[in-house]
Amino acid sequence: MTRSVFIQLILLALVVLCFAALPFMTEGFYLTLAVNIALYVALCTAWTLFSGPTHLVSLATAAFFGVGIYATAIGVEYLPFPVVILLGGLAGAVFAAGVGAMTLRLSGVYFVIFTLGLAELARQLVTYFQTKIFGSIGLFVLTDHSEGDLFHYLLALIVVIFVTGWLIGRSRLGFAMRVIGNDELVARHFGIEVARSKIILFVISGAFIAMAGAIMAPRYAYVEPASAFNSTMSFLVVIMALLGGTRRLWGPLVGVVPFTIIADLISAYFPEHINIIIGLGFLLIVYLLKDGVSGILLKALGSNRLTRAQGAKP
Amino acid sequence: MKYTGTVLLAVIASAALNAGSVSADTIRIGASAPRSGPQAGAASAVYWPTLELWVHNVNEAGGLDVGGEKMMIELVAYDDKSQPDEAVKNIQRLTTQDKVDFIAAPYSTGLNLATAPLIARAGLPQIVATGNLNDLEPFVEKWPNTFWLLGRASDLSTGIVGTLSSMREKGEVGNKVALVYVGDAFGLEMMAGGKPAFEEAGFEIVYESSYPIGAQDLAPIISGAKSSGADAFVAYSYPPDSFALTEQAQVQSFNPAVFYVGVGGALTGFGERFGDGVEGVMSMGGIDPVSDAYQQFRTQQIAVTGVAPDYWANPIVYAGMEILGTAIERVGSLDKAAVISEIQSGSFDTVIGQVSFSNNIVEQVWNVGQWHDGVFYGVNAKGLDAAADPFVKPVWSR
Repeated sequence: MTRSVFIQLILLALVVLCFAALPFMTEGFYLTLAVNIALYVALCTAWTLFSGPTHLVSLATAAFFGVGIYATAIGVEYLPFPVVILLGGLAGAVFAAGVGAMTLRLSGVYFVIFTLGLAELARQLVTYFQTKIFGSIGLFVLTDHSEGDLFHYLLALIVVIFVTGWLIGRSRLGFAMRVIGNDELVARHFGIEVARSKIILFVISGAFIAMAGAIMAPRYAYVEPASAFNSTMSFLVVIMALLGGTRRLWGPLVGVVPFTIIADLISAYFPEHINIIIGLGFLLIVYLLKDGVSGILLKALGSNRLTRAQGAKP
Repeated sequence: MKYTGTVLLAVIASAALNAGSVSADTIRIGASAPRSGPQAGAASAVYWPTLELWVHNVNEAGGLDVGGEKMMIELVAYDDKSQPDEAVKNIQRLTTQDKVDFIAAPYSTGLNLATAPLIARAGLPQIVATGNLNDLEPFVEKWPNTFWLLGRASDLSTGIVGTLSSMREKGEVGNKVALVYVGDAFGLEMMAGGKPAFEEAGFEIVYESSYPIGAQDLAPIISGAKSSGADAFVAYSYPPDSFALTEQAQVQSFNPAVFYVGVGGALTGFGERFGDGVEGVMSMGGIDPVSDAYQQFRTQQIAVTGVAPDYWANPIVYAGMEILGTAIERVGSLDKAAVISEIQSGSFDTVIGQVSFSNNIVEQVWNVGQWHDGVFYGVNAKGLDAAADPFVKPVWSR
């Protein structure tokens, strides 16, 4: 490990520690907003792990998230919360593996459509089993976890996701994914096992999203299929991740933070128009910000360096 | 990027303006309910206009009389996007950021349950007008600041059993019942109370079926009920299904003596949709539609908001706000704990009648109504006098 990487790591650790101190400074609305931001940072980064390199837009976020919520709703009475979160991740991984094995040979828009239906499928299945077997639909999730606890769990999850993403980027799998993303045919000729690589990444991404759901479940207090599998979430994650840019691991981060804050202000002051504004925003992002905010940042930084190196005046 | 800056400035400026308009002699009432998402349609029909009307009426009368001082109402409203996590965030914002004095309870059972712990922590009364459960007692024990104005789920599901029993005594309807329900939390709660009540009352359930929420084709349900030879058709349905079932029954000329649908049948739009054909159709809910209080409420809501209220949910939402306002006036201060105990023990004159709570659960529940001459009359109520007697539904006129 070189010295500069070491210094960077220490700096990062300090940043994480600063964030971890947040719940001790505020308890009210700002903490709640911070939990929402942390949630979407986790979701968007996990989403980007898969959809970034493969260029396959997954709308299955709500399905994995719901699986995680139900893991907590069912398990939290019997098991400690951290164990339940891990089990939620496991359930998400199993679900992703099954779905991935069936569908990741689909390409492009077919895959998108299938993932869109996935949350609905999961919702109907849960509803069916609860109707036929348990005779009731809602489950109470009554825990003593405060917003501060949820924030700490989410922060830990984000760190794990980033470390995983960083490791993947430096592994054979990461290299394979970049080749697949650029040209699947070439990748196949290279001898890369395309389907298997995609499934592994889909499983990792799904597991993390499910863990985020498991962490958030106490906030729901009362879990119903309709609220646990909410497909709006799938779309929001895509918009935020694209806003940030999916080329870099930290891309979604710079998309989520401004998006959540601005969307929150819009919904507070123009509640009737939030959907129109979000829709227009989506169009603008797709047309104008192809590489997202992170792309612009990189470009700006890059050109600055260039001008400085050339000795030109800005 | 320039534009982003301008927009941000505008948003911050409007935030500052909003914050500036608070003065000491206003009561801030917070509200969080769907303006977008799956429940937005229902909430914009039965929740938002009525809330707006109440604020309008109170302010037009010069505000609430709090210990001799007239205080105007300021409504702080947020969209919960029909999602529990948004609802929680909104309540958090209302109680810690906007520091509202009181809140209007959220919309729907799920969102009221999800926000109850937070509302309790803020020590505010939560008068739930749009949600219910069968097992309310443990909930009330845990959160004694919650009040249940819609009654127990079983009050609603068993109302029709009472109506059918009284009609059977008069020899107007037979013993065979077709029982249908939506495969969702609501349908299951209703069945849990309704089915045993039918069996206990000695009715024979000749047909029983559920359908998934959002089902488009309900023709098989109606043809199944028709071929079972049922004297009464009872559906614990949601609004879209209530419309679809009624339509199918007309199409297939299914003419039982009693035709009952769940939520949605009390909507003004339901009566308008089926015109003369709606005569004699029964549904969940009801009110005394010819009472002065309701007539006045109806005229006012149409005049102020342009939205015609229904014969069930709108008045209950209004009654919830009336109770809150009256309790504040009686206490004579904004002391939250005192307001809660006044609601627990007091009796309130509202648009739905004289209302009181026992163990935080309302004792007066309109549960069955019936269309007659284009108006929906409450024909069965717990703790109140019915507005009219039930009658056998004539053959569909269409």
